[in-house]
Amino acid sequence: MRTTVKNIIAKYNNDKTRLMDILIDIQSQYGFIPEEAVEVVAEETVLSKVDVVQTLSFYHFLSQKPVGKYAVYLNDSVVANMKGRAEVAKAFEEEAGCKFGSVTSDGMIGLHNTACIGMSDQEPAAIINDVIFTNLTPLMVKEIVQKMKKGVTASEMIKLKGEGQNGSALINSMVFNNIRKSGPVIFAPYDGGSSLKKIIKMTPREVISEIKASNLRGRGGAGFPTGLKWDFCTKTPGPRYILCNADEGEPGTFKERVILTEVPKLLFEGMAIAAYAIDAKEGILYLRAEYKYLKAYLENTLQEMRDANQLGKNIEGKEGFDFDIRIQFGAGAYVCGEESALIESAEGKRGEPRNRPPFPVQKGYLDKPTVVNNVETLCTVVKIINHGAEWFTTMGSRESNGTKLLSVSGDCEFPGVYAIEWGMRVRDLLEMAGTENVQAVQIGGPSGICIGPKDFKRTISFEDIPTGGAIMIIGKERNLLKDVVLNYTNFFIDESCGSCVPCRAFTVLMRNTLKKIIDGKGVKSDLDNLVDWGNKMKIANRCGLGQTAAQPILTTIENFREKYVELLQEDTKYELGFDMEKAVAASCAYVDRIPNL
Amino acid sequence: MSEKIKFTIDGKECFAEQGQNVLDASRDNGVYIPFLCHVKGIKQAGSCRVCNVKIAGRTMTACTTPVAAGMAVENDTPELRDLRLAIIEALFVEGNHFCPSCEKSGNCELQALAYKFQMMVPRFPYQFPQKQVDAENAKILIDRNRCILCKRCIRSFKDEKGRSLFAFKSRGHKLQICIDEECAANITDEMAQEIMNICPVGALIKKEKGFNEPIGTRKYDNKPIGSDITSVI
Repeated sequence: MRTTVKNIIAKYNNDKTRLMDILIDIQSQYGFIPEEAVEVVAEETVLSKVDVVQTLSFYHFLSQKPVGKYAVYLNDSVVANMKGRAEVAKAFEEEAGCKFGSVTSDGMIGLHNTACIGMSDQEPAAIINDVIFTNLTPLMVKEIVQKMKKGVTASEMIKLKGEGQNGSALINSMVFNNIRKSGPVIFAPYDGGSSLKKIIKMTPREVISEIKASNLRGRGGAGFPTGLKWDFCTKTPGPRYILCNADEGEPGTFKERVILTEVPKLLFEGMAIAAYAIDAKEGILYLRAEYKYLKAYLENTLQEMRDANQLGKNIEGKEGFDFDIRIQFGAGAYVCGEESALIESAEGKRGEPRNRPPFPVQKGYLDKPTVVNNVETLCTVVKIINHGAEWFTTMGSRESNGTKLLSVSGDCEFPGVYAIEWGMRVRDLLEMAGTENVQAVQIGGPSGICIGPKDFKRTISFEDIPTGGAIMIIGKERNLLKDVVLNYTNFFIDESCGSCVPCRAFTVLMRNTLKKIIDGKGVKSDLDNLVDWGNKMKIANRCGLGQTAAQPILTTIENFREKYVELLQEDTKYELGFDMEKAVAASCAYVDRIPNL
Repeated sequence: MSEKIKFTIDGKECFAEQGQNVLDASRDNGVYIPFLCHVKGIKQAGSCRVCNVKIAGRTMTACTTPVAAGMAVENDTPELRDLRLAIIEALFVEGNHFCPSCEKSGNCELQALAYKFQMMVPRFPYQFPQKQVDAENAKILIDRNRCILCKRCIRSFKDEKGRSLFAFKSRGHKLQICIDEECAANITDEMAQEIMNICPVGALIKKEKGFNEPIGTRKYDNKPIGSDITSVI
């Protein structure tokens, strides 16, 4: 084992900043990260063992215990549950003969829950040994497990393939794109490399000016002006880096999956433009582990672009325009979608957001000035260069120029990707998606807001309801608090890095109070407490995760207060959360006594 | 000598060095901003969030915010007092803090802050979590029941090769500190004392001799935390 592990580490030049890659490779080699491998990694990279464990124990897909020869990661998101996840999970447990959270005694099959895997338009879905299985049914599960027992590999199980590039030899996946509205920007036809031919005749300053003039704002959710970010980055001496955030972990988002499948060259071209503008030589695509099924395809795409002189040395013949991209995989941590946590992770550390200042544009990857842009942002950049800033500003609303890709899922007839102009009313979107009897719409994922019919006249825009793009439609028949709010709150508990006290502790305390209310034991003061604690979360935490972790509770109390109130114990002011039977259960069991209450 | 920067805390005129953070500057000006995770001279963690202050309407941690000229810092306000108390209470309920039997009682910064903020009963229900005590190391005992995950030990102690003696494991509410068996194998008594002293609570205890001073004469037994700062000027 030592030699194999040493070879893996040598592949990354014994560089501790590449610890993520090293650990990911060891995990795929052995199905877990053995204690001995931890020792070797620590020795070879000059880290202490606790340093190595600090990184590895942070990530969901890295494990110190075997995860099973067939490791099943079944999505446990709100939408997956809407689409019949419970029956699928039951089928897995029955067929495999073990419960979720465990591995069969022969080590063959491991069943694991996982957060949203970016397949909300085709749930229930699971990842088995990096292969995606979508639209699962109990019958399919039966077949899959039988094949596992016969030793068929996960990729050999794929029969029906998705449309477009999903069916290509390098992806070979049953994932569907579901592009419902392709729009005039990202999915519009384009001549690959034409923007590069254009920018080499411009100065980097002119490129930045053009992006500034387009009023392009970051598509990840925060909406920071892209041109300004690039400009800030050039103020600090280099070397500088371009990082593309493809960690889309917000439950309900999947539009970047479709971009990476259908137009990856557009993205890499966008990164090259950004690199030209800020004079960066190296770029990193930080890609979530859930999308590992795209790895071979994306590596191949990068090679094609190098061969076409769109990446590499002297791009498009321009002397000194050198830029190349490597893919950095994550390993299952939502918080790494936060740009500074993403940088920490790309440096081989636990994905804990950094304090600001300094900002990444001043001190980012390897403490050098770094631009972190979202996938959709960088793709949009290419089209702005091609068609001009003016073309772009004719689309959208007052403060939100251009278009936005939305990932629409949940209770609707046409889940999928919609490219809309900013400023569209929620009502019109719901009509397009084919909905009726809508109870609520979750806009911007769990960290966004949950609105009811009275707000469907509002618009999707930075000036009204901003969003990174996840739209989940919740039908009348759903139990909003139990099926949606509780799931989202548990999601934040699992995904908190744990550094800030309010994020680490309040999330759990708020979830417990929410459960108490759902169980019919809540009183009026519980509701007031949730609002108070939630508002403290908003101001007291360091990063966006902590600041928005209370949003599912806060926005539903604001817009669906009656759903909470109807569960409260009326006229009761004293504490009903105490359960005598539960409290004495352990001591009674110990002395073999039946509680006498 | 570089020019001092003028700013205010709750209206009081203060002066700071270039690049100094608000928390360190406040101390130099005899103003007490409560904190738990900060150690002067060591890279800020910004993780306890107790030193949250309000600047231009935004809440931010004093330890990570450099002073800017003309900055108006709000510190001792009802809103911030309640936020800090809530954080302290959350720390009490997410761990198992039994002060009367703790070696650090009277020297503990968490306990001292609870007194300072006059905490009676936490607003949150106690969680009574199951935590593991680690007594493997020859000199140091880790009692995770008392750990507030401030990262002081993680940030302070590296060996000659830059390797960490302490690190986090896991994330979120499962987060815990661990000690490296190899790097911390041969720590001296002096270093063990230093480790115990830097821990704001009683999570890192020097083995064999837990304390010198009896209860009643310890650091915060007679004077509230922060009084050494406010009495400077």
